Amino acid sequence: MSGNYYFVIVGHHDNPVFEMEFASGSRSSDPKKDDHRHLNQFIAHAALDLVDEQVWMTNNMYLKIVDKFNEWFVSAFVTAGRMRLIMLHDIKNEEGIKNFFQEVYETYIKHAMNPFYEPNTRIKSAAFDRKVHYAGKKYLTG
Amino acid sequence: MSRQAVRAGDPKKVSGELFTLTYGALVAQLLKDYESDEEASKQLDKMGYNIGIRLIEDFLARSNVGRCHDFRETADVIAKVGFKMFLGIIPVVTNWSPAGDEFSLLVENNPLTDFVELPEGHSNLDYSAILCGVLRGALEMVQMEVSAWFVQDQLKGDNITEIRIKFIRRLEDAVPVGED
Repeated sequence: MSGNYYFVIVGHHDNPVFEMEFASGSRSSDPKKDDHRHLNQFIAHAALDLVDEQVWMTNNMYLKIVDKFNEWFVSAFVTAGRMRLIMLHDIKNEEGIKNFFQEVYETYIKHAMNPFYEPNTRIKSAAFDRKVHYAGKKYLTG
Repeated sequence: MSRQAVRAGDPKKVSGELFTLTYGALVAQLLKDYESDEEASKQLDKMGYNIGIRLIEDFLARSNVGRCHDFRETADVIAKVGFKMFLGIIPVVTNWSPAGDEFSLLVENNPLTDFVELPEGHSNLDYSAILCGVLRGALEMVQMEVSAWFVQDQLKGDNITEIRIKFIRRLEDAVPVGED
């Protein structure tokens, strides 16, 4: 029951705008797992091309699983403004991930309405951080 | 070509969100141009003053209120008629000073600040400073010199937004220099 998730919002220039990791069960700094952290960025980046292809094939924003790398699945959700929400996960939690994406999407919209936030820049707001963390606890790690 | 959806009711009415976003863009740009929080707040106040001196005419024409007999009546009219007419909210008038020349307006959901979060390093910015300017300008046109400032601001972490208004003096209509 290793529910590990790596979530990243990717901007228009393939830049990470926001990143967050979730893990169910106690996973206290395993040196092996720490090693995988930079791998996550690599996997997500590699999946971007597939995401961009899939975008044109469907009307939905939620693209389900678009790629697989060893034991990691890659799910994607593309917003109307072409912001790509990418989720790396090792278990198939489709319902949970879909709900998580919806909630983060709404939080992102509210954050983007802030006149001081430049779109495509790093999201530094603590409130946004908290909301995504809470959504993750609710839908992903239970 | 049906345009009913856009023109429902008064054609001059604009969506609340558009208003909020426009004001937000204005403040963001001011902050970029002036860089200092104090300078940007001052400019907002000045802009508010310019709006206020013109807005008062529109207000008096549309609301048909007569002359106010004392400062308390003025406060009530500002809160119940003025704010309602232009922002759609009714602030609470409270915290009267013992001399009756200062009062506070408590605003709970300021439409200007929907979705706004002050950025890092700019916690001194009076985001809604334009309101203070508007109050100052409008009251100056009806012969009252007042000063308005923010005591509490929800954007800066307080529970409520509180604007304090202090009556300074009554203005006499000065005869312009050179005329009899």
